[in-house]
Amino acid sequence: MTGIISYLVFFTTMASILAIATLGLNLQWGNTGLFNGGVAAFFGAGAYGTLLLGGTSQEDHLGGFELPYVVALAGGMAAAGILAWVVGVLTLRMRRDYLAISTFGMAIVFENVMRNAEWLSGGAKGLRGFERPLRDALGDGFAYNAAFLAVVLVLLFATYRFLQVLVRSPFGRLLRAIREDETAARSLGKSPARVRLTAFVTGSVIMGLAGGLYATFYAFVSPQDVLPTLTFQIWAMLIVGGAGNNRGAVFGAFLIWAAWTASGWLLSRFAPVDAQIYTGSIQYVLIGLVIVGMLLWRPQGLLPERLVISQSGQAPS
Amino acid sequence: MGEPILATRELTRDFNAFRAVDHVSITVNAGSMTGLIGPNGAGKTTLFNAIVGSLKPTSGSVFLDGSDITGLAPEQLFSKGLARTFQIPRPFARMSVLENVMLAPLAQAGERLLGPFLSRGAARRQEREIRERAMEVLDFMTLARLADHPAGKISGGQMKLLELARVLMGDPKVILLDEPAAGVNPTLAGTLIEKIEELNRRGKTFLIIEHDMDFIMRHCNPIIALSEGKVVFEGTAEQAQSNPVLLDAYLGARADG
Repeated sequence: MTGIISYLVFFTTMASILAIATLGLNLQWGNTGLFNGGVAAFFGAGAYGTLLLGGTSQEDHLGGFELPYVVALAGGMAAAGILAWVVGVLTLRMRRDYLAISTFGMAIVFENVMRNAEWLSGGAKGLRGFERPLRDALGDGFAYNAAFLAVVLVLLFATYRFLQVLVRSPFGRLLRAIREDETAARSLGKSPARVRLTAFVTGSVIMGLAGGLYATFYAFVSPQDVLPTLTFQIWAMLIVGGAGNNRGAVFGAFLIWAAWTASGWLLSRFAPVDAQIYTGSIQYVLIGLVIVGMLLWRPQGLLPERLVISQSGQAPS
Repeated sequence: MGEPILATRELTRDFNAFRAVDHVSITVNAGSMTGLIGPNGAGKTTLFNAIVGSLKPTSGSVFLDGSDITGLAPEQLFSKGLARTFQIPRPFARMSVLENVMLAPLAQAGERLLGPFLSRGAARRQEREIRERAMEVLDFMTLARLADHPAGKISGGQMKLLELARVLMGDPKVILLDEPAAGVNPTLAGTLIEKIEELNRRGKTFLIIEHDMDFIMRHCNPIIALSEGKVVFEGTAEQAQSNPVLLDAYLGARADG
């Protein structure tokens, strides 16, 4: 019984962290129509940033500034935001498909830099030696994990509320108008470039928050954590849940993470021994099938975007 | 007829060797409903795009209310009081009709990222006012009952009414309409022209580009005709009807095209 509960705590923590990242992508793609193919890099910037700023000092690479945890986490989010600003200024003028390609390529560059710049990121070995906050008070056991889950859930809820208010505000209306028809929005006096950049950076900062929490949870991050697989997972979560619907983004994150872990478990349990070394690849194929299948049969997702209508249009309190 | 409010001076636009608009100088007076006609390829749409900022003029200038607006971007022109609609309607399809209209007002406090959080009271008050005004405009445009429909699911004619409703929210001085009657069923076209004439009586200035000569003859005064990138006629509807040059240029070119 304890085993199941502690597994559920672990599962919910991971799903919630990924749900935060999916909410960030929803702001970019669901609301603004920005095809970010480099989710893993912004998640990674948050993860590396948090550990570099908050970790203990290391001999062989930069970092270990031992800043207070909240400052480190905010720094990780800022790192993701700065990366997004630079990438956004360079690429946001591109058409949707080119934006996808260039952000995807940027994420590959990010992963390779993390893998090779040992002075900065510890290279392929990753960043270790991070002291999880409040470890002295809570220990390393179940109590710590439960408390951490509580923090993650509060942050997930706060992110969700923030975005709900945002998308129902005039700002959200502006994002949707730019997504629907940029020429028409410009003819009504709106400047798309600035608004697109704002949405891109804000969404990436949210992904950075998810990355920071992820790195805190494992007290470790390596280039293996920022592979393109992560980008595809987050995309699958958004598309299955419903782009343009924040509730859908959270729902999709839990559903896909459940399917991902279940498929891993089933493959390791029941697949022939010969096939088991391919578990990762098979999961990769499955996630692709889910995305393609969903786009073919239910492109609006399980919880489709809802129209903002006159009665409920007021910003929720 | 009032003072000049919109004018082009020697406006020219080339596409490589081809001169689509050739030193065109036209004047639209405040409170008028000026019609711009011409056969296909006469340069109407190029002239229109050069005025509204979608195309940069090769040479010449555009003036709005006395100030030079040549080469300004479309988003800058809307805030200066120059609005346009599209020949093929461009609704924000997956947004409600009401949201389409509520988007248009300029300088909304809630349009900044942290506006809804930092100036919450002001943003809400403004939002309420915008909502009320949007419903009034939709009511005027006979679209009130469609307020909660997705704008992509209404008819083409209703989309044209919606585009006019959207620009009215910015209280523009001059509204440029690109073929307002094209592809609209007769009933809705009737409603549309009735609303345009009502707005014109209330003091809005219109510049209407139309392919359909009958439409322009019936509703516009004065009329300007373009042919091969040049102004070939300027005058009233009566003068246009009896102007052999215009009839030849227009009907002749149309028969060829």
